[in-house]
Amino acid sequence: MSERLYTITLDVNGVQRSGAAPARMTLVDFLRDVLRLTGTHVGCEHGICGACSILLDDEPVRSCLMFAVQADGHRVTTVEGLAADGKLSTLQDSFCETHALQCGYCTPGMLIASHALLEGKSDPTEAQIREAIGGNLCRCTGYQQIVEAVKLAAKRRHEGATS
Amino acid sequence: MPKYDRTRSDFLQDAMKAVPFEYERAASVAEVCALLTQHGPDAKLIAGGQSLVPMMAMRLARPSHLVDLNDVAEMRQIAADGDYVRIGAVVRQVRLEREPVIRERLPLLAQALRWVGHVQTRNRGTPGGSLVHADPSAEIPLVAVTLQAQLKLTSQNDEMWMDAQDFFLAPMVTAIAQDQCLTEIRFPVWPDTRVGSSFQEVSIRHGDFALTSACAQVVIDEDGRCTHAAIGIGGAGPVPLALPDVAAQLVGETLDERVVTAVADAAAAGLEPEADIHASAEYRRHLAEVLVAAALRDARAAAGRGHIS
Repeated sequence: MSERLYTITLDVNGVQRSGAAPARMTLVDFLRDVLRLTGTHVGCEHGICGACSILLDDEPVRSCLMFAVQADGHRVTTVEGLAADGKLSTLQDSFCETHALQCGYCTPGMLIASHALLEGKSDPTEAQIREAIGGNLCRCTGYQQIVEAVKLAAKRRHEGATS
Repeated sequence: MPKYDRTRSDFLQDAMKAVPFEYERAASVAEVCALLTQHGPDAKLIAGGQSLVPMMAMRLARPSHLVDLNDVAEMRQIAADGDYVRIGAVVRQVRLEREPVIRERLPLLAQALRWVGHVQTRNRGTPGGSLVHADPSAEIPLVAVTLQAQLKLTSQNDEMWMDAQDFFLAPMVTAIAQDQCLTEIRFPVWPDTRVGSSFQEVSIRHGDFALTSACAQVVIDEDGRCTHAAIGIGGAGPVPLALPDVAAQLVGETLDERVVTAVADAAAAGLEPEADIHASAEYRRHLAEVLVAAALRDARAAAGRGHIS
């Protein structure tokens, strides 16, 4: 017996996308395997590591802790949506600058979490940065360079806004 | 079928963690209750899903029908009416964190929320979900029993209020019936002006499950004497524990070090915590004593400032 498929339509990075999936398919699997947006990474698949973080209606959430069918009609931003016109955002460029990644597995989640922070707070304190990425595991950097990247991005965004 | 004949969709089927189920979005409490009655014991309600989805991924939960509560507007209200703050079961935890009425009238709940998961999980997680999941180390259930909250349980033909104290039966086991939906939580507001509260916790990483947690809320009069107190301990027993008898020992006392130490000692004395890979029973009992004392000192200081912290 074949499993019932649900039609799911959502706004992904400003583009209306549709696909069919069983109810039990998680949002991260739908993004990667049905929509072929493989920027979002699958890590622990039970809500611990944060690698699958995306924005759902502008708020960071874990896409392994939602079924795709629940996102029907909602707005999703993935890491692909951070680089407008294929050009790295100030935040992404800052990650390169401060060596805020090594293997890169956690990076999409780290970028989404820190992007959400900077959208809400243009000049976050170090404690606020650490709180914002507190739900994301990184096994390479020891976190310090990621914190520096977010600080640098905040500074650059501020300079960009005033120049 | 030999492995090399498998299609991409075969692999996708295998990659899915949960068992197959049917999904329905309810628009009202009436519809939720009707669906629960219709589908029987194999139906599950999903709100934020931050506990249920991992349970389903590990196949510890295997519902045949999943009823989504996220569009039920009547379960997403926050209202302060006189003696109570009423919170819809599906309000996002992040909204409770930001809502001024919670910070002003239920400071202990606001303090506890800082320890609940991470930003990404609080953006989806709900107080109702946390209560029905009934993890003995969870923060929101601890605040609910400590402040003597009441839970509104709605079924197709009935609704009732249950004391939080009576709701938790064992780890992950509550008194909710199969045909009931937790729709609202009401927290009594202490009317006094000199109220202070504090939530304390030790976990391996901030946002992880508590090894042990403790909270306290006190009223201190102008002479420095305690007139009302509540104490609770989480993660040190099968259910979150409110300790009204121990808290009563504070009434009429000035909360000096001697009293704080004696009451913290009494609070920890009756505990029978479990040992696990993270902490021994003895360490959890020690944490409970230290954290109750810290919560009392912090709550006393907040009350002494004459406003809610």
